[in-house]
Amino acid sequence: MSLFEERTILTVSRLTGLIRGVLEENFEHVWVEGEVSNLALPASGHLYFTLKDPGAQIRCVMFRASARALRFKLQNGMMLVARGRVSVYDQRGEYQFIVEYLEPKGVGALQLAFVQLKEKLAREGLFDESRKQRLPVLPLKIGIVTSTSGAALHDILTVLRHRHAGVDVLISPVRVQGEGAAEEIAGAVRDFNRYGDVDVLIVGRGGGSLEDLWSFNEEVVARAIFSSRIPVISAVGHEVDFTIADLVADMRAPTPSAAAEMVVKSREEMDNHLQHLSRRLFNALDRRMTSCRERLVSTMRALKDPTMLVGNLFQRIDELRDRMSRALRGELRLLREGLAADMHRLRLSHPVLAVERCRERLLALDARMTSLVTRQLDGHRERTSVSVARLHAYSPLTTLVRGYSIVRRLDDGTVVRDSRQIEPGDCLGVVFGHGSAECVVKKRHDERDRE
Amino acid sequence: MAAEKFETMLRKLEDAVERLESGDLSLEDSLKIFEEGVRCANFCVKKLDEAEKKVEVLLKQRDGTFQKKEFSPDNER
Repeated sequence: MSLFEERTILTVSRLTGLIRGVLEENFEHVWVEGEVSNLALPASGHLYFTLKDPGAQIRCVMFRASARALRFKLQNGMMLVARGRVSVYDQRGEYQFIVEYLEPKGVGALQLAFVQLKEKLAREGLFDESRKQRLPVLPLKIGIVTSTSGAALHDILTVLRHRHAGVDVLISPVRVQGEGAAEEIAGAVRDFNRYGDVDVLIVGRGGGSLEDLWSFNEEVVARAIFSSRIPVISAVGHEVDFTIADLVADMRAPTPSAAAEMVVKSREEMDNHLQHLSRRLFNALDRRMTSCRERLVSTMRALKDPTMLVGNLFQRIDELRDRMSRALRGELRLLREGLAADMHRLRLSHPVLAVERCRERLLALDARMTSLVTRQLDGHRERTSVSVARLHAYSPLTTLVRGYSIVRRLDDGTVVRDSRQIEPGDCLGVVFGHGSAECVVKKRHDERDRE
Repeated sequence: MAAEKFETMLRKLEDAVERLESGDLSLEDSLKIFEEGVRCANFCVKKLDEAEKKVEVLLKQRDGTFQKKEFSPDNER
């Protein structure tokens, strides 16, 4: 280039401008893929980051106007495909990639946006089972948030009509796809909550592409459903379609028809439940009455015939008495036997017997003694008579018989052996061999006198 | 909300049934509870029959109030 042949001196700005021109001319419409790093999100709304692969990196900027169209949130580490142009940031002398369009590599942008919002809301607890409201036991007024021209409304109304569901339907017509649809849906949910007089909300639309269903993946719809005091059934698309609205709703119906079925079913179940309860109520009372009546009857029967009761008692008493006497008899027999034995033993040791025995011994002894004494007496008697005979031979009486006498003083009985023993006048007793006499002394003669 | 009173009455009915079935009540109480149960059941059945089966469209007015209009499938966008 001629620029370099001559010694032309350029200012830095000029050079930089030249470089920028070259780059912008040659890299005006480029696709590039790489991993995001050094992501910066200043308040200005522009996005700054670096795209890199193992061998190189490039500074990137996505200006606010382009960034606004991003459905998903940029994060470090993300693999991206970017479309844009290469330019130079003069002030720093750096070349950079001006990103005009971004999409995640591998998955579509919408898909990624869905995953990201899902994660965010899940973290906030919008999907928590504990936050879900119970569907009313008996929804009588249904609010429907959908398009009046769509298949969803038609399906719902058809089900309700065919099943003869006694429910009122209040429709809040909204657009269900395209720009602003999400806001309309969210607004209708809020309107119903302000209006108040419905029992349950069905929010949904028929099937479609991911783009068609996109409104139901918007955060504003999710938050409106989450904040609804009226329980919300989501009914978006077909069974396979799963939206953020489905996750945050109190109940998810796979299709709009299914949502209507749920409402009808709860109504039918309620009919059955009520019938069942009524039947149980009547049965319970019936049973109660029957049991009361039975008790009454049996009580009255007992009242009518007290003899039965008394009879039973009598029988019982008899039985007891019988058992008692039998027991007593046994006891008595034992006692009696014991007594007899004792008596026998007692009789054997009776004192009369002892006395008898003593008496016998006494008699025997007596007899022995008597014979002994008798023999002894006989002996004595013999000896005595011998002695008497001998004595007789020497008796004074014999002397007296032979003619001698015995003279005794009458006053003192003394035998007078000497004349000096007496005085004349004394009374004397004289004993002869046969008989006696009393005499008075006339005169005494002493032995000398005689001489 | 329409369902609120219904649910209250339904719960009362269920309670009545359970108490009556438990069977440890005096006859007088049983009758009282039975009557209450029947009253609740009648209310619930009436509520079920009451639904008007209307289909209407909720329209928001400029002043923020709501207006209901009968729905015909082709009068909306």
